[in-house]
Amino acid sequence: MSEVVASPILAQQFDDIEQQRETAKLGMWVFLATEVLFFGGLFLSYTVYRYLNPEGFAAASRHTEVILGGANTAVLLFSSTLMALAVRAAKLGRRRHLVRLLFATALFGIGFMVIKAVEYYKDIADHLVPGANFQWSEANRGAAEIFWWLYWAMTGLHAIHVTIGVGIMLVLAFLARRGHFDNGNYMAVDIAGLYWHFVDIVWVFLFPLLYLAGHR
Amino acid sequence: METIHPPKLYWKNGAALMALLALTWTLGYVNLGLFNLPIALCISFAKTILIILFFMHIKGSSRLLHLAAVTGLLWLFIMLLLTLSDYASRGWFSSPKY
Repeated sequence: MSEVVASPILAQQFDDIEQQRETAKLGMWVFLATEVLFFGGLFLSYTVYRYLNPEGFAAASRHTEVILGGANTAVLLFSSTLMALAVRAAKLGRRRHLVRLLFATALFGIGFMVIKAVEYYKDIADHLVPGANFQWSEANRGAAEIFWWLYWAMTGLHAIHVTIGVGIMLVLAFLARRGHFDNGNYMAVDIAGLYWHFVDIVWVFLFPLLYLAGHR
Repeated sequence: METIHPPKLYWKNGAALMALLALTWTLGYVNLGLFNLPIALCISFAKTILIILFFMHIKGSSRLLHLAAVTGLLWLFIMLLLTLSDYASRGWFSSPKY
């Protein structure tokens, strides 16, 4: 690969590189706005049903794996720190740093999924999947089942987003290794970072609402 | 050309987020009655603001991006507000619970 320093690639429809970068960021923010509403529908359902069934939700929430959930929150917050540093490395054209930070971010994302898998395994073993095999020995069975439906739907949707994010980071890491983001062409890393931070923000709300709804 | 921040900014932001997580965790084990939920949400919003300002670089970005960032949240609040007031005004919030 040639190491000649060239200028960033300016697409034909833009006046200058700054406008191109601004457009990329705007596009991602608009997409993230749609994602806020995508998750928002589930948060809305949670709000309504929790308001209607406070004791049931509190009781159901106590059965979540709070230590694993808390650990996962720390994992994602740390991965966001790494991702922000990766974007910085991309802006500075520091290829080796960028590659390592992208792989590290992906690794923490995989770590999140591993912890999630353990959690899901435990929840299934405790018969907390709504449906024929749902078992609930306390009061407010109906509310508990609704809570657990929301738990699986919200964390499941979030987990899909994390998986997509990990895939994106791995692709970017391999492209970075080949010098794709040298010479000022860092925008893909920048906007992938925006997506990753958004996924982190969603979890930051999911954790207290799902795991700490009933004080322990 | 955008400013490039020193790594320390990101590490400090990460540390602040971890501290807020510790706070969230601790308060999860304390019974504050009705205040548990609003306080937990406030802490979550604080984390979100830190992530949006410093990790997502909204601080120092253009007004256009500020607008885009706020818009998503605004529309979420519209959805919450209108739906909850719909429920409240139909008396569905006093209907029999499960």
